[in-house]
Amino acid sequence: MRVVGKPLPKVDAAAKVTGRALYADDIALPRTLHCKILRSPHPHARILSIDTSAAKRIPGVLAVITGLDLPIKFGILPVTQDERALEHEKVRYVGDPIAAVAATEEEIAAAACDAIAVEYEVLEPVMSIEAALQTPKDERIQDYGGPNNVHKFVALEFGDVDAGFSRADHVREDVFFFQGNTHLPMEQHSAIATYVDGKVTLWSSTQVVHYVHRALSKVLELPMNRIRVIGAAHGGGFGGKTDPFAHEIIVCKLSMITGRPVKCTLTREEVFYAHRGRHPVLMWVRTGVTRDGRITAMHFRSALDGGAYGSYGVASTFYTGALQTVTYDIPAYRFEGCRVFTNKPPCGPKRGHGTPQPRFALELHLEKIAHDIGLDPVELKRRNFVQPNTRTVNWLRVTSCGLEECTDRVIDASRFHDRERRPGHGMGFAISSYLSGAGTAIYWNDMPHSEVQIKVDRGGVTAYCGAMEIGQGSDSVLATIVAEELGLQPSDIRLVTADTDTTPIDLGSYSSRVTFMAGNAALEAARKMRALLVEAVEASGRGFDDVTFEEASVLAEARFGTLTTAGSYTPPKIAGPYKGSGVGPSPAYSYSACVVDVDADARTGLIRVNKVWIAHDVGRAINPLLVEGQVEGSVYMGLGEALMEEQAFRKGLHKWPSMLEYKSPTFLDMPEVETFIVETIDPEGPYGAKEAGQGPLLPVPPAVCAAVHDALGVWIDEIPVTPEKVIEALRRKEKGEPPRYGPQRFPPIPYPPTIKVEPPPKDAAITAI
Amino acid sequence: MYANAVFTLSNKDVNQLHREALRDVERVVLTLDVNGEARQLLVPSHKTLLEVLREDMQLTGTKHGCELGECGTCTVLIDGKPQLSCLLLPIQLQGRAITTIEGMANGSDLHPLQVAFAELGAAQCGYCTPGILLAARSLLEENPRPARDEIREALAGNLCRCTGYTKILQAVELAADRLR
Repeated sequence: MRVVGKPLPKVDAAAKVTGRALYADDIALPRTLHCKILRSPHPHARILSIDTSAAKRIPGVLAVITGLDLPIKFGILPVTQDERALEHEKVRYVGDPIAAVAATEEEIAAAACDAIAVEYEVLEPVMSIEAALQTPKDERIQDYGGPNNVHKFVALEFGDVDAGFSRADHVREDVFFFQGNTHLPMEQHSAIATYVDGKVTLWSSTQVVHYVHRALSKVLELPMNRIRVIGAAHGGGFGGKTDPFAHEIIVCKLSMITGRPVKCTLTREEVFYAHRGRHPVLMWVRTGVTRDGRITAMHFRSALDGGAYGSYGVASTFYTGALQTVTYDIPAYRFEGCRVFTNKPPCGPKRGHGTPQPRFALELHLEKIAHDIGLDPVELKRRNFVQPNTRTVNWLRVTSCGLEECTDRVIDASRFHDRERRPGHGMGFAISSYLSGAGTAIYWNDMPHSEVQIKVDRGGVTAYCGAMEIGQGSDSVLATIVAEELGLQPSDIRLVTADTDTTPIDLGSYSSRVTFMAGNAALEAARKMRALLVEAVEASGRGFDDVTFEEASVLAEARFGTLTTAGSYTPPKIAGPYKGSGVGPSPAYSYSACVVDVDADARTGLIRVNKVWIAHDVGRAINPLLVEGQVEGSVYMGLGEALMEEQAFRKGLHKWPSMLEYKSPTFLDMPEVETFIVETIDPEGPYGAKEAGQGPLLPVPPAVCAAVHDALGVWIDEIPVTPEKVIEALRRKEKGEPPRYGPQRFPPIPYPPTIKVEPPPKDAAITAI
Repeated sequence: MYANAVFTLSNKDVNQLHREALRDVERVVLTLDVNGEARQLLVPSHKTLLEVLREDMQLTGTKHGCELGECGTCTVLIDGKPQLSCLLLPIQLQGRAITTIEGMANGSDLHPLQVAFAELGAAQCGYCTPGILLAARSLLEENPRPARDEIREALAGNLCRCTGYTKILQAVELAADRLR
């Protein structure tokens, strides 16, 4: 191949290194008004009255709106339409939006927010999973779900779990907690809207123009053809810009009222409260193994602290139980999940969406089982690895799988088994897997998940696709695939992306779906275009390789007229035959293996990460430079979550809503990362490619904890591994107590009766059902 | 403590708010040397350099991540030294040489650091990139052969959430090699 597989610069690199990329807050239209949002100071309260009369009298204020102006509810999932752009009845977390102002100056808008008088009846806030399971003192946070403040239950059993446990020679139970944390994109959310001739145009820092488009249509009560959503240059998402947000709806409404462009850029503090980040998850896991370490059955329970609204929470809940089986062959599996509402900013998808927490629990749990039965943890895990081209007990279809090779690469490179032993030094190993895009859309439909159009005229090539470049390289993947097929360079391809008026659909940059889905759509469109060019050239009596691209395009345009082709991608229907089977299936899974090397100071509890070796099965690296960048960035984010990042609250207030106090790794904290790209050439991926952006985060936190145990002989069963937890675990070890820091118990949760699902037959086809 | 308390927020005197919003903003005439260009401006004296660059001079290459001096995103060079534009007042900066990302290339010729960042994938979302490029340029002007730990130290005030910093370190080293 000519350009696929080459470490070429990103196609948007020049704009990024010169400061010329236009992010949403950089866009200034003539007569733009500034918007500020009044937010709740209470975690839980009924709104008795809102008086905006004083604010409206302030000179420079052009509009003040409340929930009465935007009463229609929205939400990313069809089953949880529970948010309002502005709340006028009840607030559910500190930061819930109540009113919005458009004014000529930002400071006037802020002063007008201060002049809005709101009367509250303050309600008892619910601030923990345990509290949410109890009968509320005042009233429930949401008026759906239940009992109490439970949002969602899942209870599924695949195969005969009790029989599996009775076959086991050893059974172990553990409890783990993964604290919540947030995306912390460098760019604050920002949106600017304009309204001309009955049509709204919104530029936004979003990962999903299509879902914003849908939410706007619903809340503004405008047909989708009256709304245009454009993804501005994007300053970092990591899942945090994957919901439709209140400010996006508000600026459109204010623009419709004032007839002027309106912009809203959140402050950094508001970004912490907008959140939609990693759910805090409490987990209990019980596994049976034979004497030689083969898993006979597993029972996994999760309890997710969801915050105040649904967001992606139903999917997140399923994800805490879905992918355990995609790495290990578990013959019988029971999963019980529960998400609760609390009076905190809503949680949602962050890099790995719902799977880093169970991955942390699972990997450490298996590590402990290996210690129990006197087996090397790497060997125990290897004995249970899934095999390629199989179906898991919960019906997930596994095709290409590079687990063995990934493991070999990092174990060999790190000299894991012949490491030197010195006090305070340790190494830990973990593996993981992630989706290459969700197999089902967020709202049920039979349409393609991604579509690409290509236009060629007089030698110029333009590719159109709704895919959203968020820094991960989505534009580069599109350009590279089109260039490969047409015999050009990626820089020869003009791109029009993420614009609901001018580009065909792509569902957006989430669930690691772009390379696989938009990539396949681009491949189809480009191959059709190539076929037209070849036909025209050959009709002229020459060969395609004997003419320039420009000549070929002129011949084809003369022969066929306007040269456009299109391609689309719809995932295969591979979900299992049970309710809830829509979360988990993916056309392909990526695989990762990781070794972390640490020095742990028993005196201070400080953990220093010396080096990380990571191997990632990406199927095929369309651009190895960008794959490495995704892997390194994932390792970085995994280390931040493992060691320091924490979204925690006191009386409803975020403890650390600033970039200084919310600790994230700096240049000085980041160790050397040695990345190995493993290529398994997936049968359905474009040129065999799978995902790279999320999976490599997953093995990092458990590998850190395994390394800490290797170094100090204590288990830290709770993320993040802060120095005080290490010190406390060492103190317990010294006193002869269990050498561990972590949750003591899993609360009694009234899960509903388990739905029993027959596992797929042994010879189940791996093709579509 | 939360049980059924009823009170109002924002009971600030409305007249006082009127006065605050309407107060006469003191404006000053300034001459700033930005990217070698002398620019005369009339701006409110309390506006930060970050705001003046972005809003009054349309130099939107300078980004903001916190506006509190915590993330390094808004880094510019003042007389060649990296400083946080969100914490500077333009009134302090007359007669000083201000360099923003727009002044880093020589016309259309990119600075070797910009070339290296593009080649090695050191810019993903690109939002922290202008600040890091300027901080790195200042480092290389002072120390043309920095060790990797010296680069880490020099850039430790600039947060990046995409790259894990690895490719940025490699790009600074590549540019340093080429500049020698």
